[in-house]
Amino acid sequence: MNASDLSILIAAGTEATAPGALATDELDRRIVLATQGGLPLAPRPYALVAARLGINEDQVRARLTAMLADGRIRRIGAVPNHYAIGYTANGMSVWDVDDAVIDAAGERVGALAFVTHCYRRPRHLPDWPYNLFAMVHAASREAALARVGEIAALLERDFGGACRGHDVLFSAGILKKTGLRIGA
Amino acid sequence: MPEPQSGEYDGRRAVAARRAPDDIDRRLINALQGDFPLDETPFARVAAALGLSEAEVIGRLQSLLDDRVLTRFGPMFQIERMGGAFCLAAIAVSEDRWTSVVEAVNAFPEVAHNYRREHRLNMWFVLATETPDGIAGVARRIESATGLAVNLFPKEREYFVEMKLEA
Repeated sequence: MNASDLSILIAAGTEATAPGALATDELDRRIVLATQGGLPLAPRPYALVAARLGINEDQVRARLTAMLADGRIRRIGAVPNHYAIGYTANGMSVWDVDDAVIDAAGERVGALAFVTHCYRRPRHLPDWPYNLFAMVHAASREAALARVGEIAALLERDFGGACRGHDVLFSAGILKKTGLRIGA
Repeated sequence: MPEPQSGEYDGRRAVAARRAPDDIDRRLINALQGDFPLDETPFARVAAALGLSEAEVIGRLQSLLDDRVLTRFGPMFQIERMGGAFCLAAIAVSEDRWTSVVEAVNAFPEVAHNYRREHRLNMWFVLATETPDGIAGVARRIESATGLAVNLFPKEREYFVEMKLEA
């Protein structure tokens, strides 16, 4: 989407928003555009963003603070290349869990300390029976598989018979990792 | 086939780091995965907490980004909360077409992350668009560009997300 499309969207009252979307005005959006590639690496990064946008530094800090508070920003900080910091085994474990208990099972699996992301997603039958995705990072494939074994044991113990199968898709490389880029 | 090791797999690994972080880098990475200050001189605050100078923090951060030990530094936006959408997607790519399909898929700005995974569905990427309707459109355009079926795995429920990894 280009900038003119977006002004039309905003002028029209932003009809096509997702459930749970929060009001995001044009200034918020300009701050997203100015920082989605990263914060300036300088002593006063927010002043530099403000200068670029022709507003004052306090406005930038206040808007970022508000977006952090309401969850439009998850956090501000560094995103490591997980290979570079020693997490060479990145396993996406996927589970075929009975729909009757999927949410209870997802909450339990997501609460495990070594699970970094945990979601329910649709099956694509017949090829893809899995509806629970739990990402496991570890320093070796063996360690990752041991953790996947802990998930399997937990599911069997607490939801006996509800898990009909699972697989682990190890990462063989990062092909791109830029984070989101909305159109300018 | 042997497991590819970190830093030795170029060609498949577009984002291989050029060096390993030293102890100070690791402390800095761990500190910067917490809440980055929103005051006027945030790097000075981080530096003081680590016993480093502001200039060293900024210089190391630049070097970690240049050497791809970090993939980015800044706000992580939750586009769904702004009316947009993220969606996990996967395609099955044959080995002889691998490089050209990586290029074709990565060329889409809506592709935020892309990973090779060991499975028949061997390319897994995350789409980010400004409206929920945008996901289907970019998936169709990726299908046109690659001639491959894009399987969409939208998030139906989020149980847990932790964005931090101890270095």
